[in-house]
Amino acid sequence: MALVELREIRKTYHLGGETIHALDGVTLDVQAGDFTSIIGPSGSGKSTLMHILGCLDSPTSGSMSLDGVNIHDATPRELAKIRGEKIGFVFQFFNLLPKLNVAQNVELPLIYQGISSRSRKEKSMHALKLVGLEDRAKHRPSQLSGGQQQRVAIARALVNDPRIIFADEPTGNLDSHTGEMILETFCKLHQEGRTIMLVTHDPEIAALTPQKIEIRDGKIALDVDAKLAGKESRFKLRGSPEPNP
Amino acid sequence: MNLLNAIFIGLKDIWAHKFRTLLTMFGIVLGVSSLVAMAAVITGMEKGMKESMIAMGGLDKIRIDDEDVPAWQDHLKTQAPGRLIRDVEALQASAPLITTISPEMRLDWRATRVTRQGKSASTSEIVGVWPAVLEMNLYEVAHGRFFCDLDEEFANSVCVIGTGVRDQLFGSPEEEGQEVVPLGQIIQIGGQPFTIVGMFKHYESEQERKLKELAKKQAQEDSGGVKRQRGWSGAKKWGDAFWRKNNVVYMPLNTAWIKFRAASNDDLTPDPRLTDIDIKIADLDLLEPALQQARNVMLVTHNGINDFEFDTQENQINDIRTRIRNMRISQGVIAGLSLLVGGIGIMNIMLASINERIREIGTCKAVGASSEAIFTQIIVESIAVAMLGAVVGLGFSFLLVELIEIASPAQNSPIITAYPMLIAVGFSGLVGVVAGLFPALKAAGLHPIQALRYE
Repeated sequence: MALVELREIRKTYHLGGETIHALDGVTLDVQAGDFTSIIGPSGSGKSTLMHILGCLDSPTSGSMSLDGVNIHDATPRELAKIRGEKIGFVFQFFNLLPKLNVAQNVELPLIYQGISSRSRKEKSMHALKLVGLEDRAKHRPSQLSGGQQQRVAIARALVNDPRIIFADEPTGNLDSHTGEMILETFCKLHQEGRTIMLVTHDPEIAALTPQKIEIRDGKIALDVDAKLAGKESRFKLRGSPEPNP
Repeated sequence: MNLLNAIFIGLKDIWAHKFRTLLTMFGIVLGVSSLVAMAAVITGMEKGMKESMIAMGGLDKIRIDDEDVPAWQDHLKTQAPGRLIRDVEALQASAPLITTISPEMRLDWRATRVTRQGKSASTSEIVGVWPAVLEMNLYEVAHGRFFCDLDEEFANSVCVIGTGVRDQLFGSPEEEGQEVVPLGQIIQIGGQPFTIVGMFKHYESEQERKLKELAKKQAQEDSGGVKRQRGWSGAKKWGDAFWRKNNVVYMPLNTAWIKFRAASNDDLTPDPRLTDIDIKIADLDLLEPALQQARNVMLVTHNGINDFEFDTQENQINDIRTRIRNMRISQGVIAGLSLLVGGIGIMNIMLASINERIREIGTCKAVGASSEAIFTQIIVESIAVAMLGAVVGLGFSFLLVELIEIASPAQNSPIITAYPMLIAVGFSGLVGVVAGLFPALKAAGLHPIQALRYE
């Protein structure tokens, strides 16, 4: 059984009498250990897909399960619990809380799970070590560079040992060199066996990931691999996985 | 998410906006401190009033006062006899529900000087009385004796004085270093010699007694050296119920009449009117029938002219109670309003701070915060601001009470009690909850995606 199973997911918005089908019957399996990129132009529905995959939003119709749990009929409270325990998020704008220091930011998901402060400290230090920022634990986010902030955000996504990590344009707000370092971090995590889904509009980033999904007009476009086959990635990552033919 | 963590995150945010929080808190601080301080002032006044009440006589004391004749008897005004000893005798004979009756004939204390060897004493009253006055005005003779029937019969020139008069004419025990009992000494009252046959006990308020003890202790520690006047010096406070009680000069009623009133009216005609008739009744439950009896008797002696009225202590006490209750209500309303304003301030700030933090709230939700957790976080923050304000306000109220104490005389000095403090803190907590409710609901109801995308 796949880690994530989506069956005929539809999401419909009503905007001033007009009905918009953001997702129009998406069926998708994500296996544990996959490193998948979701690409597509803006307005294609890729963000909506990620929100539904990330349990931030519920689909209008269709069924979905994550780690064997049915999501499509979960209450907001249950969704919050699933987000806290099974999912890690990395955002384009880092979304760190400015009033908390780095360690407290990383601890945040654990706080909402009611984990004791001692084990929170251990886990957050461990996560910070994974991204190489353990010496910045007492700093404020504002005292860090953009790349460091994003690595703190990755540590926060890792701290609850999630089943799947979602990254929404994680390099979108960084220069290309720093972005490369962030992508390297993701590749490293992938090699350690983590499941990662990366939303991007940049085909060159998508070319780095073994699995790719293109969304167009709320549907999965099937010819994505063929389209990207000829693309040479400008990113030369150490130990990056070979793109599938 | 447990409560401790919610408090932690909430307090973190308060700390991040120290100055803003301080300003927000100020409404609550003022509300709490004014509530506690006002309650303390009122408690102090209440205590002072009660003490004076007791000093003036018991609850069952009723005064018969002069009163203007009613309008329909206006043509009889010149015939109104006023209160005379005749009334007293008639009441004694015909009103069995009256157990004690005490007539008083007060001399004009401005015209009648009390002197001894060139020293003169200011008195609260110089008055001719019957022995019943002891029971009526709750006096106790500490030294010597009170008047007997022979003193009354022969209009003897004897007097019983309060300790205040003794202090002024013979020196107080604090000054002399020993108890001064001037029995048998002669003093001049209105130029006529009177023998002191007795002296009353010293009366003082609780507070006065403590101050005195403290002064005594300090004086003992201060051994040797030049004797200086320090600490308690028998502070004389005009108008104070205890001062009045200690500064009386009593003489037999008949003496007052024969030696002063018989020829000392403004136009040098005799003035036999009494200045006061106090009665006590058998039982407070029988107040109405007793008053009716007294009224009937007095209407006969006054030829039907209604130139008197009955003034019960109960009326006065009720009066005081009503006044205290009114003060309580008004201070409660004022303090409540300022707490309310403080609450509105908190709500305003909470709403503003939530609008600033919408994206943060979205982030928290994305990493697993449930709506309940966000709700708790915001409401805890609001309560924490309110409670912090309440605690600061409590501290502030002590300061305020100190200030009031400096500004006002010691007689009714404010007393801080726990009860208004509890009410103030409890009400602040409530204000915090109510003020936080709407912002917390708003924050909890945010959709994670909309919150994350909020610009």
